[in-house]
Amino acid sequence: MTTKTKQLNRIDLIFKHEDDCKEILKKSFDRSHEEVINEMVNSGLKGRGGAGFPTGLKWKLTSEEKEKTKYVICNADEGEPGTFKDREILTRVPHKVLAGMAMCAKIIGAKEGYIYLRGEYKFLVPQLREELKKFHQIMDELNLDFVVDIFLGSGAYICGEESALFESMEGKRGEPRNKPPYPTQCGYLNKPTVINNVETLAHSYTIMKYGAKKFRELGVKDSWGSKVFSVSGDTPIPGIYELELGMSVQDFVDDFGDGDTKAVQVGGASGFLVPRKRFPKSHIGYQGKLTGVSLPTGGSMMIFNSSRSMYNVLDNYLDFFQEESCGQCTPCRVGCQQLLKGIKAVKRGDKPAAYLDKLLKLTETMRLTAKCGLGQSVANSFSSIVENFREEMIY
Amino acid sequence: MKMTNMINLSINGIAVSVEEGKTILEAAKKLHIHIPTLCYHKDLCVAGNCRVCVVEQAGVDRLVASCATPVNEGMEINTNSLKVRNCRKHIIELLLAEHNEECTKCYRNGHCELQTIAADLQITNQDFIDLVPDKQYSVDSYSPSIEKDDSKCIRCQRCVRTCAEIQSVGAIAVAHKGADMKISTFFNYSLNEVVCTNCGQCIVHCPTGALVEKSYVEQVWDAIADPEKHVVVQTAPAVRVGLGEELGFEPGTRVTSRMVSALRRLGFDSVLDTDFTADLTIMEEGTELLTRLKGALLDDNPEVSLPMATSCSPGWVKYIEHKYPQYLPNLSTCKSPQQMFGALAKTYYAKNIDVDPANIVSVSIMPCTAKKYEANRPEMKDSGYKDVDFVLTTRELAVMIKQAGIEFEQLNEENFDSIMGIGSGAGIIFGATGGVMEAALRTAYEIVTGREVPFENLEIKPVRGLAGVKEAVVPIVDVLPEWSFLEGVELKCAITNGLENAHQLMEAIDRGDRFYHFIEIMACPGGCLGGGGQPFPVDDEIRQKRMDAIYSEDLSLALRKSHENPEIVQIYKDFLEKPLSHKSHKLLHTSYVKRQPY
Repeated sequence: MTTKTKQLNRIDLIFKHEDDCKEILKKSFDRSHEEVINEMVNSGLKGRGGAGFPTGLKWKLTSEEKEKTKYVICNADEGEPGTFKDREILTRVPHKVLAGMAMCAKIIGAKEGYIYLRGEYKFLVPQLREELKKFHQIMDELNLDFVVDIFLGSGAYICGEESALFESMEGKRGEPRNKPPYPTQCGYLNKPTVINNVETLAHSYTIMKYGAKKFRELGVKDSWGSKVFSVSGDTPIPGIYELELGMSVQDFVDDFGDGDTKAVQVGGASGFLVPRKRFPKSHIGYQGKLTGVSLPTGGSMMIFNSSRSMYNVLDNYLDFFQEESCGQCTPCRVGCQQLLKGIKAVKRGDKPAAYLDKLLKLTETMRLTAKCGLGQSVANSFSSIVENFREEMIY
Repeated sequence: MKMTNMINLSINGIAVSVEEGKTILEAAKKLHIHIPTLCYHKDLCVAGNCRVCVVEQAGVDRLVASCATPVNEGMEINTNSLKVRNCRKHIIELLLAEHNEECTKCYRNGHCELQTIAADLQITNQDFIDLVPDKQYSVDSYSPSIEKDDSKCIRCQRCVRTCAEIQSVGAIAVAHKGADMKISTFFNYSLNEVVCTNCGQCIVHCPTGALVEKSYVEQVWDAIADPEKHVVVQTAPAVRVGLGEELGFEPGTRVTSRMVSALRRLGFDSVLDTDFTADLTIMEEGTELLTRLKGALLDDNPEVSLPMATSCSPGWVKYIEHKYPQYLPNLSTCKSPQQMFGALAKTYYAKNIDVDPANIVSVSIMPCTAKKYEANRPEMKDSGYKDVDFVLTTRELAVMIKQAGIEFEQLNEENFDSIMGIGSGAGIIFGATGGVMEAALRTAYEIVTGREVPFENLEIKPVRGLAGVKEAVVPIVDVLPEWSFLEGVELKCAITNGLENAHQLMEAIDRGDRFYHFIEIMACPGGCLGGGGQPFPVDDEIRQKRMDAIYSEDLSLALRKSHENPEIVQIYKDFLEKPLSHKSHKLLHTSYVKRQPY
């Protein structure tokens, strides 16, 4: 057992009560587009939905597109198992998210924006509509021709994937598109589109208000800033926490675990499982400065203690994936079914333990060939669980 | 003029230069490097969902789908690395695990793209778990034209894209997600109960046996074997330029006289030609057009509907019944050549050879699956019997020829029987888009002016070719006295093939953007020669070759105009009296019904 050394810093930026959106927006509208983009790029902010694409670059690329019509979309299709932070952000500080959208709209030249809201968050619609009224008032006062509307999803996990989300908004079946072209060139209605996670947009507001420099006082190189985490599982203090990026899983567990933590699932079902022996060397953040394993995440932290069967955990994830795969591409559609049936067969003894190795190779094929992030990332949880808890899969 | 940028890349170490915007797959094709594909089809938009065509790009960890990835300057591609081979093999194994592998029981055995790739890759030790037993797959065999077997579906969505993009019908679409994802119809109804036009384009675009025509081969063998029955067979014009492909000939080979000889050897009692009734259609439909024009131009009759639309294509007829029922009065009342033939086989022909029509079995060989549906329409019994008993596709005829052990290439060249066995070149070209229009103009122009159409060799080039929508304006001058109301009229015509083009044309007409007197619409790309009953595979290159064959067959005949066909002259003299006579109306014309739009 490691002894508890220190408590992680609790950050209070995202949820801080601030009622100055109009002033901050006015300030940002007065600056040149180049200045604002530089501020965003310098902040080092990376997409908080989990994929970690540099936000400033995304805005820059879209602003350079020649098309007249462009869109800003807030991806609020929060469906990753174990995350619930966007719901909280939209409940408590929706004005910051909208401010982020307005800033982006001004820079790229978008006149329309949408919040793609997860179907299960329908209950948020009335309060968001109220917030939109206030927001549109501010837009009028600031003379920005930008209108935001809400698009309600229908409960498919895959629609959180940006190109599937566009398809869904266009009234089609939510299936990911081929890339390239990327959304910055060809997004919603085939127009250049910035699509950002809820939290990313709220952070944009923070960066505009406090500056890139201040933002970089938090976190570590290549993983600057803070991040909102959804903490669940075997913890005495589940909930939403804003923490600095770059922390080790060990520090996280010391703070949030119940003293008997066996493993932490970082980034939900599509993320990695970190077993106890890897806690010290695994860090939360993006590839780069961090030594050991760096784990980007949308913010889901699921803590498992020794009472949990990792077989059951994996079975649960795979059941989720084989249902939530859109079904269009072969590796994901059939692969997920094979993985689920495969571990069941090994558990029952119908297939030898060595079959797990064939399944591991299959997940590698899925990672290499699936059409979108869903199928590509099934390998993450599968390999990290099977490799670290092989005996639990067999016996 | 816009210069196209050339992009340089290398594939398997070989340098290649292709136009900007081309895909890796197209670049590889240029180098004669074969990359297997399943969801890709030249006729369709790129889906990139089967992932069989993945290749390795230097500097990129994940593999890329070669069908969906545009080339970049300096790109280095490997189509045969260890990584690619392992992944490709896995993907085929996964498809096989989900697929009903009873190949020997499958209609597509030997013609299946999945089977071919599995054989090429030598997938002999597939040990993923067989998913078929848990799937509760079903077969939809209620349609008289198309059978859909979900257990053979690989979810490539070629059929879905075909139905939506080429045909603008949308009868089949993707339903459910994940493990339950399947190709389905409106509320999973049978194809028989939805907007499906039975065109069969989904069949010719399906890589496996998931979509096939409903086969009537066994029923036809039974009829042939029955000594009581007189089995008469008619063959559509497009069959003779497609059949060869199934029997070892190059696309575009004309096999008319060999086909006649093969049909005789199969045991049909009489081998006749749908071209005869194609000529008859021209007489009836041409006269109908002139009657409508008289009503509109001379009598100012507001009840006359123009443009008049052709009604030879049963896929198009069902499409308009579903999607544009308000335009049903515009549809020519003429039956298709197949159904005219059927009605005459059990009346005029039966009387002529003195056989009880109850003992006649009327079979037709068609490039089409919608013809199976058409023959089963309840109104198609004007002879007092079912006018056409069984419809076989070009592919089914090839099956029968193989079953009978006939060495097709060794056959003597033989001629059709008579009566109802003579067709003109005008009848032949019914098989190509624009052909009905051309044939009608050859006859109608001559009726009205007493002169041949003013085109060299009677070849009305503006109405020919694979273009989606074609337009022609024919000025009518120096008419015969009884047609004086047509003097100076410019006859406006439009021709489309593929129902998406029909959809565009109907929308333009509906908006009032366009006015025509006469429109020819064929449900399938290229017309009947690209029909849903024609051999696999198909693309524009093959359709063009079949089209060239059709026009060369027309040119090779002495008889090129329907009204000069001696058997046509004879049937009007002996039986029908004149076009649009009472008897014609009873036997050769029909009516249509409005259908629901989904």
